[in-house]
Amino acid sequence: MKPLARATGGSVSTLLIMITSAAAGDTPMSYLESAGARAAPVTPLIWGLIYLSAAVVIVITLLVIVGSLKRRTTDAWLPGQRSDVERGGSGVLRWVYSGLIATTITLAAFVAWTMSTLAAIRSPDQAEQFTVHVVGHQWWWEVRYIGSSPSQSFTTANEIRIPSGRPIRLRLSSADVIHSFWVPALSGKTDLIPGRTNETWLEANRTGDFRGQCAEFCGQQHALMALRVVSLPGDEFAKWWAQQLKPAPGDTGASETVRNGRELFVAKCGICHTVRGTLAGGKIGPDLSHLMSRETLAANTIPNTRAGLSAWISAPQQIKPKNKMPNVELSSEELHAIRTFLYTLQ
Amino acid sequence: MTAARYTEFPNVGEKSRALEEKLKKIWVSKPGFYGFIASVDHKEIGIRYIVTAFAFLIVGGVEALIMRMQLAGPNQNIVSPEAYAQLFSMHGITMIFLYALPVLSGFSNYLFPLVLGTRDMAFPRLNAFSYWVYLAAGIFMYVSFLLGSAPNDGWFNYVPYADRTFNPGPNIDFYALGMILLGISTTAGAANFVVTFFRMRAPGMSINRIPILVWGTVTVSAGNLLAVPAVSLAFFLLWMDRQFGTHFYDAASGGKPLLWQHLFWLFAHPWVYIIVLPAMGMVSDGLPIFCRRPLVGYTLVVLGTITTMVLGFGVWVHHMFATGLPYMAMSFFSGASFIITVPSAVAVFAWIATIWDGRPIITTAFLYFASFIAMFVIGGVSGVMTAAVPADLQFHDTYFVVAHIHYVLIGINLFGVLGALYVWFPKMSGRLLDEYLGKVSFWVVFFGFNLAFLPMHWTGLRGMPRRIYTYPDGVGWTGLNQTTTAGAFLLAFGLALVLTNVLRSIRKGEPAGDNPWDGPTLEWATSSPPPPYNFAVIPVVASRHPLWEERLCEGTGRTSIDRGPQLDSGREALATTAIDAHPDLILKMPADDPWPFFVTIALAIGFIGLLLQAWWLAALSVIATLAGTIVWLWPRRDLAQIAEKQHV
Repeated sequence: MKPLARATGGSVSTLLIMITSAAAGDTPMSYLESAGARAAPVTPLIWGLIYLSAAVVIVITLLVIVGSLKRRTTDAWLPGQRSDVERGGSGVLRWVYSGLIATTITLAAFVAWTMSTLAAIRSPDQAEQFTVHVVGHQWWWEVRYIGSSPSQSFTTANEIRIPSGRPIRLRLSSADVIHSFWVPALSGKTDLIPGRTNETWLEANRTGDFRGQCAEFCGQQHALMALRVVSLPGDEFAKWWAQQLKPAPGDTGASETVRNGRELFVAKCGICHTVRGTLAGGKIGPDLSHLMSRETLAANTIPNTRAGLSAWISAPQQIKPKNKMPNVELSSEELHAIRTFLYTLQ
Repeated sequence: MTAARYTEFPNVGEKSRALEEKLKKIWVSKPGFYGFIASVDHKEIGIRYIVTAFAFLIVGGVEALIMRMQLAGPNQNIVSPEAYAQLFSMHGITMIFLYALPVLSGFSNYLFPLVLGTRDMAFPRLNAFSYWVYLAAGIFMYVSFLLGSAPNDGWFNYVPYADRTFNPGPNIDFYALGMILLGISTTAGAANFVVTFFRMRAPGMSINRIPILVWGTVTVSAGNLLAVPAVSLAFFLLWMDRQFGTHFYDAASGGKPLLWQHLFWLFAHPWVYIIVLPAMGMVSDGLPIFCRRPLVGYTLVVLGTITTMVLGFGVWVHHMFATGLPYMAMSFFSGASFIITVPSAVAVFAWIATIWDGRPIITTAFLYFASFIAMFVIGGVSGVMTAAVPADLQFHDTYFVVAHIHYVLIGINLFGVLGALYVWFPKMSGRLLDEYLGKVSFWVVFFGFNLAFLPMHWTGLRGMPRRIYTYPDGVGWTGLNQTTTAGAFLLAFGLALVLTNVLRSIRKGEPAGDNPWDGPTLEWATSSPPPPYNFAVIPVVASRHPLWEERLCEGTGRTSIDRGPQLDSGREALATTAIDAHPDLILKMPADDPWPFFVTIALAIGFIGLLLQAWWLAALSVIATLAGTIVWLWPRRDLAQIAEKQHV
């Protein structure tokens, strides 16, 4: 994209760039810069469309302004006064015809560009490494990594880690209403629709942390249904996968608080949440087996810090009203025990 | 309207004071409350449509301002997530369904018989009925707001969130039933416009002499007759799913959530053209008045209008590119969405050529029309951008699309409507709007609108999804949202100035005279406001611009304004042939009639019954509606629906 921007130059593009390309860190959801193979061919098309649109708007606006000023009658308008009417020059229809010809040619070029871009994002250059099945829930993302065998598979939530530079297959479905999976830097949207499974793919061409968000209105907390895609170097990614396969640490060597916390967790939270290696096997909320390996909570809403975790466990309805996790009555000792247990889930 | 075949041509004569007095007695609506509910005068109905639509515009605008306050900063809590969902849903429903088309129907209702040179719409009682049903549907949907159960799934109301499982309250039932009710109004109105277009033109107004605003409205009316059934069906099936557990959209039982999207957009994409083409028509007729020359490319503009509407039925899938469609289907609908630009662009080049080849007079109306062209192009090119599938997968459901639809709805509808208001308000009220206040308010509206919605494109490019009640700090959306909020309030202030101008000018405006703008079409040939019968004698038209033809040396022969068919034995109008507008029949027109109002009440009660699941009430309403319709349609001697006794 950048070469095109530089080549065009001029005040228009300077203005556009000034407005649009604040540092990428400030605009994590911008799709004017891409970091992945499914978004990369689209970015120049978007810029092309922006430049075309800006040019058309400027030309037409100037034609209107200049025409109105240049040709205007300076006599004051008196209501009811009969004034001259001109039949009009012959051949003014040329305006319309030349406009239409110019429009048609430009559009034809953009149709061709669109179709070739569409072909380019259809499938990745190399075979996908593995499949991640993302299931949309009100209002979080269930992320199932499909390994070579069930023992190599695991489930996590709201954060998708991928190996940098390798395409992965995405399978998208929904547990309730329609959601839309969208990580602007890596790919356009694909909907998660009940009763059907959509497939697409994802590839990051560098390591980094990419923000995404649900893009189809899905109910009251649609606004706070975000996600992160973290692209890691291949070896780190393999390590992470291996770590995710492990069950929760056992009771041996655990402190009394942790043991208490585990019991409380199973009793109070296990109906909705799963922690592999414990009796907690609920499927309603996110799998928490490796909660502490995630950086955020509540679908990328608050940071997964000590304070964040305490706040979320004790009052989820204050942080994300009407979300499906109820405020559970917990004494401060119970909260402390559960939190301490969760801290062991690295 | 009923036809009576006469063996002789009606009396042709001069306009005279005596004739005017006689016609006035025949045509004037009764005063008082009875006259209010019984009037079938298209001018009365047209103004009611416009006033009601503007009332809804104000309500929808207030909803928007509340949302803009909520979005003025990150993590704000001015309204709850549910309240926000109801606000954006009602804002969309109000602006798109209760303002945008009704306001255009209002202008068309008012102007059709006047520009066509006749005395009323083809079906005056049906016309009254379509207004009352529109009002009933609007009130019906707004009752939900007062109960705190307004529709909450956006104006396109996707299932399954709209299904009972996820949305157990009455919210969506209000919307579903309200839209079915509104569909009755839209259909009745559309049929009326189509028949009026074909049969009610002044003699001599052949098909190539019809003003463009008539073409715009008749084109979208034909479109409505095809599009509205899709949405009525969609909402009926949804209501069945919700009330009786049918499985049209329910994936768990083999239904298809995407069926909703197809049915909805099959209606709603054409609807976008339906709410802009009549406004474009008013610009095509209004702009040339202030350029002092006829519109360039009349035939091309008419053909462009019709082609746009036809192609508008073939692009609905571009709202669904992210749903996982086959690539082949996406390419087809992408191509179609690019192609539709060509016929829509015809008018733009024609307007520009009209300005460049004319002698523009910069009045307030001209300012609205000229800026309309630029707004049209901004809304147009952002539409073209979303036609490119891979790019649309990014634009889709972000504020980029929100900006686009506001350039379409405000730029291409409201700007045209405000320009039209300045042109035709003098005809409606007999008084001119104040030009100074007009120009000041234009610039406030113009800057407010662009300040609000131009930066919104960048909000979209920075990835802000639509329909979120809040957003976090540090994603680059705050400053842009604050700008939009400021612009929205400025726009609201500008519109308040316009309203002030209207309210002041109704009483204190300068008298307008018959033809304040020296316009070319027939509405300017009668007084301002026009008498109840519009024209004392039916004009006989000889060219496309009856009041300019001498100066343009247009056509052969001259239009006759002061001499023509008098049609003064009872309420009468002249029917002409569809293409050439040769005189064909004398129509006996109905007088004041309260039955359209009563039938509407009966119908509305039925919808309340359906909402409350009070089936006895619904059954009662069916009987009452049928009975009312029978009374309404009972053959009458004054409408020549009963054969005259034969003379023995």
